[in-house]
Amino acid sequence: MIDEFALQCPIPLDDNPTVQMGHGGGGRMTRELIERVFVPVFANEALAPLHDGAILPPARGRLAFTTDTFVVRPLFFRGGDVGTLAVNGTVNDLAMCGARPLYLSAGFILEEGLPIKDLWRVVLSMGAAAKAAGVRVVTGDTKVVDRGHGDGIYINTAGVGVIETDLTIGPGSIRPGDAIVLNGDIGRHGIAVMAEREGLQFESEISSDCAPLAGPVQDLLRAGVEVHCLRDLTRGGLTSALVELGESAALPFRIREDAVPVRDEVRGACEILGLEPFSVANEGRFVAFVPSGQVELARATLGGEGAVIGSVEPRGTDPPFVRVETPLGTTRILDLPSGEQLPRIC
Amino acid sequence: MKYLDEYRDAATARKLATAIAHATTRPWTIMEVCGGQTHAIVRFGIDTLLPPEITLLHGPGCPVCVTPLEVLDQAVAIASRPDVIFCSFGDMLRVPGSEHDLFQVKSNGGDVRIVYSPIDALQIARENPRKEVVFLAVGFETTAPANAMAVHRAKEEGIPNFSVLVSHVLVPPAMEAILSSRKNRVQGFLAAGHVCTVMGYTEYEPLARKYRVPIVVTGFEPLDILQGVHMCVLQLEEGRAEVENQYARSVRREGNVPARALLSEVFTVVPRKWRGIGEIPESGLGLAPAYAAFDAARRFRVEDHTAQENPECISGLVLQGVRKPQECPAFGTKCTPLHPLGATMVSAEGACAAYYKYRRHEVMATPRSASAEGSGG
Repeated sequence: MIDEFALQCPIPLDDNPTVQMGHGGGGRMTRELIERVFVPVFANEALAPLHDGAILPPARGRLAFTTDTFVVRPLFFRGGDVGTLAVNGTVNDLAMCGARPLYLSAGFILEEGLPIKDLWRVVLSMGAAAKAAGVRVVTGDTKVVDRGHGDGIYINTAGVGVIETDLTIGPGSIRPGDAIVLNGDIGRHGIAVMAEREGLQFESEISSDCAPLAGPVQDLLRAGVEVHCLRDLTRGGLTSALVELGESAALPFRIREDAVPVRDEVRGACEILGLEPFSVANEGRFVAFVPSGQVELARATLGGEGAVIGSVEPRGTDPPFVRVETPLGTTRILDLPSGEQLPRIC
Repeated sequence: MKYLDEYRDAATARKLATAIAHATTRPWTIMEVCGGQTHAIVRFGIDTLLPPEITLLHGPGCPVCVTPLEVLDQAVAIASRPDVIFCSFGDMLRVPGSEHDLFQVKSNGGDVRIVYSPIDALQIARENPRKEVVFLAVGFETTAPANAMAVHRAKEEGIPNFSVLVSHVLVPPAMEAILSSRKNRVQGFLAAGHVCTVMGYTEYEPLARKYRVPIVVTGFEPLDILQGVHMCVLQLEEGRAEVENQYARSVRREGNVPARALLSEVFTVVPRKWRGIGEIPESGLGLAPAYAAFDAARRFRVEDHTAQENPECISGLVLQGVRKPQECPAFGTKCTPLHPLGATMVSAEGACAAYYKYRRHEVMATPRSASAEGSGG
């Protein structure tokens, strides 16, 4: 369905090559944008009436509901774009609640002067990502801001998913002795975006790891893994995820540094830029806290890239630090980055 | 990973640690000069692999930490001007000036940009002829050649809207200041490998002779540092005081000759104030008279600014190796990376930041003295 449209932008470039204020005015131009750009890509029964809201059938199970807003510069990077992020980010937040994602809303804030073909490319990415994640975009909104008042496209997505397991998945369910499993190598998304933004070139190209995580999470649950907690690694990377969960659960964790997969090209880029791979952003990675007896089942279910990176320690008298065993056999802690990761002087 | 994993190999590290323990017969205090080495030591726990007789002191080699408050205030004043695009390496943006840091200037509407090279700032100047483009040229001998190159090109090409706010510092005068201090505890140095890659190590030979102190030019990976410590301990135990080169894969005795030539063309040696330490004679680089037109402090008339350090901060003593970060009562309480009292808690190479980031669990569990001797700069 999408492929037919992928070849050519549905709004002839001669007429309206760029987004204009009128596209957000609620009149004919808005309607044309909706009918020719959004509807053909997102087409589904719930969206079709183009009513003020989507009317959805009842779901069997508890609902999970989340929202996230996507501002990324540049809009397009190796391995994805703002559209892929906008779908996968919200899908992944639902997945981390143990939910099967069902529906998304999409709110667009477009900057006047944005080439329509860029919007089209982003919407196509969203369509493809939604299809891959088995989720439908059922309602939306578009606003246009004056040129110079936005970075091309900002997207907000909210999502609803159904929880079909009886498990309570969250930091409160983490137990001493749990194994911490990671679903693949870390740091590629952050480095790919930084490389694109700053015009950095590396010997081998680094692609974002952006991917929907609902599939692997549902696989774990279907395989019977008693998942205690899930957290996707986004901004702040593995470091932020583990430190925050340790604090929420009030339990110390212990991680083995050489058990965490990091590709050579990411390590190399981090060395050059003075960054810590553990703190670099990801968009398709998560940690799962599972009972130690189910480690092999969890790893087999996640496939070849799953890695057991550490475990939850007994509650101690210390604050719940995340300790890392270095390859030299020494120990350090993980600490939240204070702000943006900044490349250092020398 | 090639050229990295070889220098982080656990078995070799253990062998070197054992060799150091065998060689050590009494207590020795060794200072690693560079903040990059400090972070490697704390991150990899290298100090915990050493015998208890060896104390590692963290030196002044953090460019962010020693940039004086006055220069940061000058940077803030210049960056706040509407006609200026202010360019800097990323880790200078969060360093507190007297009132603001550059991130705050940016959020208040100043055009502050992170660049990876001063050559990028020069390109921004070419592309924005109606704006004044200023680069914050800080750091040791390591960053100075690229900054010299940017100024040299700006002069050759006649780019009038480019200037640099210079606060370069030099390592050997700082080492001499430490060695000649009454409070000095340092018996041996690990010199900064990257500084010596540019400058070579002939400047260190008179220091080693005059103060009878071994100086080992050392790299930045765990095995480099362990080997540097080993070479230094052997010299101390044998009563030698020589300059040795552990980092031979990067450092030549004469250094990088074209880079040194460019430095002496564009810069001239000047007295320089070091944040937390005070003024050290002939310890900095300023623009040579032929390049004075590119001096941002002069162009924007901010040369005469003075500033006062927070008296609670002991970063000056930390930078001189007199105190360790964990001995400061403000550590982790009043002073954190988010609310720093001094630059050593902010910079990626600052000793306080390294302990906060990697060792806080140990520091917070240790009782500390209630009063700190303020340094004030």
